[in-house]
Amino acid sequence: MDVLYFAWLRERIGLPKETVQTDAATVADLVDELRAREDRYAMAFSDLSAVRVAVDQELTDFDASLEGVREVAFFPPMTGG
Amino acid sequence: MRIVVQQDPFDFGAEAEAFASGRHDMGAIVTFTGVVRDQGNGGLDAMEIEHYPGMTQKALDRIAAEAKARWSLGDVLVIHRYGRMAPGEKIMMVAAAAPHRKDAFEAAEFLMDYLKSRAPFWKKEHTRSGETGWVAARDEDEDALGRW
Repeated sequence: MDVLYFAWLRERIGLPKETVQTDAATVADLVDELRAREDRYAMAFSDLSAVRVAVDQELTDFDASLEGVREVAFFPPMTGG
Repeated sequence: MRIVVQQDPFDFGAEAEAFASGRHDMGAIVTFTGVVRDQGNGGLDAMEIEHYPGMTQKALDRIAAEAKARWSLGDVLVIHRYGRMAPGEKIMMVAAAAPHRKDAFEAAEFLMDYLKSRAPFWKKEHTRSGETGWVAARDEDEDALGRW
């Protein structure tokens, strides 16, 4: 699946998008896999209260299933308007 | 219902006039525009707005549709920019047309509250001294959703 990062998550991880091969069942499982990769991921995901997630471009939470999902995006709380 | 996400500036006067024209059954038009604000010390060089291209349009469409479902509205307009903007530039506007002003005001406020916290935009400030910082979401913006 494609994993996208925005705002300071993109800056800390150092890329806007990557393709990830994973068997993670939920968003939380995917986050655990990413954290285990490298320090930059562990740092970006150190405080999940500061991270929001969208699955296939719909806002959701970390319990969301990844079954059949094509795109997961992580970003800080939004500041539009 | 026109929902636009664009990098270029928009003409607030022309947009408001076009939105308000030609309506015979709408007694109230409310418009709001958000402007890049230098917080008083002249230190802000630019505001940069990042967004999530695939999701932004859908999120705005949904917020506008929700407003139309909740209030008696004739029409809704949302324009939101992304990219780099100088202080004083207009970031976004909303307009709501309704038979009566209460619906138009409330719908415009609802649109603003949801655009702030539920549309995938992120603001980054660039200061004249070369520093940058992501604008943090405020608790009161999240709390504002609770009243709807």
